Amino acid sequence: MKLPFLPNHDDASFFDFLTRQHPHLTPGGRRWTESPPAVTEPLRPGNPVTVPVPHATTVLAVRYEQGVVIAGDRRATEGYQIAERRIEKVFKIDDYSAMAIAGAAGPCIEMAKLFQTELEHYEKLEGIQLSCEGKANKLGQMVKANLPMVFQGLVVMPLYVGYDLKRTEGRIFKYDLAGGRYEESDYHAIGSGGKDARNTMREYFKKGMTEADALTLALLALYNAADDDVGTGGPDLVRGIYPTAKVVNSSGITDVGESQIRGVYDEMIAARRSKER
Amino acid sequence: MPMPYYVSPEQMMQDKAEYAKKGIAKGRSIIAMEYVNGILLAAENPSATLHKISEIYDNIAFAGAGKYSEFENLRKAGIRHADLKGFMYSREDVTARSLANGYSQSLGTIFSQEMKPLEVEILVVQIGHNGHTNEMYRISFDGSIIDEKQFAVIGGKSEVVQNALKEKVSAKLPDLRTALSLCIGALEQTGNQKLSLESLEVAVLDRTRDNRKFRRYTSAETKQLLS
Repeated sequence: MKLPFLPNHDDASFFDFLTRQHPHLTPGGRRWTESPPAVTEPLRPGNPVTVPVPHATTVLAVRYEQGVVIAGDRRATEGYQIAERRIEKVFKIDDYSAMAIAGAAGPCIEMAKLFQTELEHYEKLEGIQLSCEGKANKLGQMVKANLPMVFQGLVVMPLYVGYDLKRTEGRIFKYDLAGGRYEESDYHAIGSGGKDARNTMREYFKKGMTEADALTLALLALYNAADDDVGTGGPDLVRGIYPTAKVVNSSGITDVGESQIRGVYDEMIAARRSKER
Repeated sequence: MPMPYYVSPEQMMQDKAEYAKKGIAKGRSIIAMEYVNGILLAAENPSATLHKISEIYDNIAFAGAGKYSEFENLRKAGIRHADLKGFMYSREDVTARSLANGYSQSLGTIFSQEMKPLEVEILVVQIGHNGHTNEMYRISFDGSIIDEKQFAVIGGKSEVVQNALKEKVSAKLPDLRTALSLCIGALEQTGNQKLSLESLEVAVLDRTRDNRKFRRYTSAETKQLLS
């Protein structure tokens, strides 16, 4: 019997619900069990994108004593053009986790939205939140399901941070395109300027930093990445656009205020300027 | 092949309704009541983990009376419907009215087409903000849907509770504490003894909260609220 309201489904995962019942709404737009489309041009370093869509660039996360700082620049590029100056790449996922994304902007934002819904859905159905590890694994499955889109040039790369209430510590997870999930103990950065950001963090990272130090390091790493990488946007002093950051710790997730970020950059820029004299 | 006995449709519906009503009346009652900042939901429930009241979406809550497995299925279907709609369109497009309609359709179809009707009665409530009014829908086992004001009672000896509330509720919306003591007083009418706070399930849709308005009260918090 066909009921308007009760699809024959029994699973706490919203993502699986979509894939089974409404496959056209999933990021891939099809059942992920189908074979991927024929590869017309293989993915190569140096020629990563053939589809002209905006691409979000550098995002990073740094662990400190009580939690994690996650931050990202505001630029999206389309080839050699700047597509967007104010894009937000760091998303609150639930009360204790956030994710940042690099890759094709549209699918990236869609994945973040789907992941938000996924966790809320699970919490409501089961009456309890997923564990930090469980959330990270679920995201890995979603990245894996996006693999067919990768061959079309629509790469989605998340960086996930969460506060583990059982272990009472912040955790960072990175992914590969096949859905592999790896935990990072200290810091990580992805996107076009990811390598430059990692270089900075490698130099200045210390275990057990304070929140303020971790935030400063994150913003410095983004600044240096913007210095060396065309795809990464630095602080835009004329328009007043600054990178965004969030802090995840035992008291939940908080946005770092724009005035605070501007304060850190003002100091940083003044220090650089004094070196030029 | 032997012919099945003829039963008039009228008789069949009556039997089904009686069967469902009996099942629903076996349980305990649940009350939803409007208060100043939103809607209070209170249920007599000896279990602390098997909930009768649940969050559906940002400003929508659900309560089910009758057979647990059946209203639990309805609850899950509601959450799927709401999350799907919110994902497909936008969070503000998820409404209690569309949910209540979905429930009504499903319950009505099952009542008329299945051998066994669902022994459930459910409530779908939504708080309004920015001047919009609250909405409270009571949906019965046969899919009939009733739009309630001020308070709604489902399950158990609902008429007794309803009458007890009718006498005490005034046109002015109570604050949370008054509303809760009203509900406890009314629920106590059905039994002979005082309700212990441990066997009371309390949750609110609180307009003053950010984003997700649903909040469950633990028995310690309920105690604090009443003291």
